Amino acid sequence: MNSAVIINIAYILSAALFIYGLKELSSPATARRGNFISSVGMFIAVVVTLFNQGILEYQWIILGIAIGGLIGAAAARTVAMTAMPEMVALFNGFGGLASLLVGWVALYGAGTTTFTIITIILSVLIGGVTFTGSIIAWGKLSGKIDGKPILFSGQQIFNTLLMLGILVCGVLFALEPTNLTYLYVIIALSFVFGIMFVIPIGGGDMPVVISLLNSYSGLAACAAGFAINNLLLIVAGSLVGASGIILTKIMCKAMNRSLSNVLFSGFGSPKQIAGEVEGTVKPIVAEDAFYILEAASNVLVVPGYGMAVAQAQHVVKELQELLEKNGCEVVYGVHPVAGRMPGHMNVLLAEADVSYDVLMEMDSVNPRMENFDVAIVIGANDVVNPAAREDESSPLFGMPIINVDIARTVFVLKRSMAAGFAGVQNPLFFKENTRMLFGDAKESISQVIREFSG
Amino acid sequence: MEIVFLAFILILSIFLGFELINKVPATLHTPLMSGSNAISGITLIGALVSAGAGAAQMATILGTAAVTLATINVIGGYMVTDRMLGMFKKKERGDQKAEG
Repeated sequence: MNSAVIINIAYILSAALFIYGLKELSSPATARRGNFISSVGMFIAVVVTLFNQGILEYQWIILGIAIGGLIGAAAARTVAMTAMPEMVALFNGFGGLASLLVGWVALYGAGTTTFTIITIILSVLIGGVTFTGSIIAWGKLSGKIDGKPILFSGQQIFNTLLMLGILVCGVLFALEPTNLTYLYVIIALSFVFGIMFVIPIGGGDMPVVISLLNSYSGLAACAAGFAINNLLLIVAGSLVGASGIILTKIMCKAMNRSLSNVLFSGFGSPKQIAGEVEGTVKPIVAEDAFYILEAASNVLVVPGYGMAVAQAQHVVKELQELLEKNGCEVVYGVHPVAGRMPGHMNVLLAEADVSYDVLMEMDSVNPRMENFDVAIVIGANDVVNPAAREDESSPLFGMPIINVDIARTVFVLKRSMAAGFAGVQNPLFFKENTRMLFGDAKESISQVIREFSG
Repeated sequence: MEIVFLAFILILSIFLGFELINKVPATLHTPLMSGSNAISGITLIGALVSAGAGAAQMATILGTAAVTLATINVIGGYMVTDRMLGMFKKKERGDQKAEG
């Protein structure tokens, strides 16, 4: 058997390990093992590739792996759980850029057919868009760039021209692959396109963007696989591509919006602020909140991005323990788009040592909502806005929400009366059974905890 | 025929991906993203060949950069996913009730 056959057999094994690893991710009990299995698949793939007869010198490979390994390991160990969305965005970007480069280098290989050229163009294009798109997403998530949607007149026309430009250069390059200028222009335009793709999208829509970029990073690897004729790249890349597409679909469904609406509408721009709501806001102090909580036997906690900002997950867990000692049952209701990426709240609560079996999805808490004595909304706004259910004129109308307003009492922990990400006023704050606990979420909960021990 | 064969693999993988990921619960969506992101670092094996082929200088430079970036993706992705998943624990709820 020659080495090419052995390498391909090892690639089959790697692909099987990736698939099995992803399958194990379907339960929190086996997920960690699944991730390990998947990493073994990657290790095997890398080791056998080093025996490829095409590899003549190893010094550059060792250098790249050493630098990349150090950076990757350091970043993975030190990143704070609250910074996870921007970390994932950045990693997506690196993956995209790597695929762009692999596609580019494929040009220097022998015997480039028109089909290969087309796949090279695709991997450069998808990789480039993933790279700059992810960098912008990283900037928005980490607060280095303003999270507000950036819109200007003629944006759609500009984007259409950009796409046309890429298409024309692609055709020209396919006809004349020796003229590298076309390739450079394609790379530059794909970078611009990545930027244009993310800037009109606001902070609260980031879960969709991250999922989509996740998908692109897989598709870029897949396209690079076509360019260098490597089956494992195609299989692994399309698994990741499919995964990102599913997450994107789940996120869009959770906002009751189409993907094109998320990408092009610039949702949340100030012009959409809806009219005033009738009623009065009833503030409450920590002491009164404590008396109500002490008498409660069923409490629902609904976390949102504000919990992440206030780093309140640990005090929330502390409150949960106190309530449980008091004979109360506490569960968490997590909306699919709460936070800045899919599953964001779950990771923060897991960090605070909250057991995953009390983290409930929207569909499991809504049917039993009237049985909750208290629903505590921590830094969430649009995902609990009853206007989504009742007010046909609201931009949020039709979005599935956690119906906290049906609970007996609702506590809303909030800094001020500012509108949520969508710029829509929230009638929940004016309901008869709602009490507002103003201030920093972490500080407010700490005060309630002090009442418990006092 | 080669193109048809590759496209065949592509279609089957995408459907397999849909089936697998649909079963992942919402709780694990973040580790799923970072873990699948590490898998997309598979482009590393393409980068290894590019960096080591001893071809044009330009190809070696680009290849080495690709190896570095893809390695960050792979090592960082798997490690951070492992760190996150290590925090997902299930507590015995019976014990807590007994305390109260």
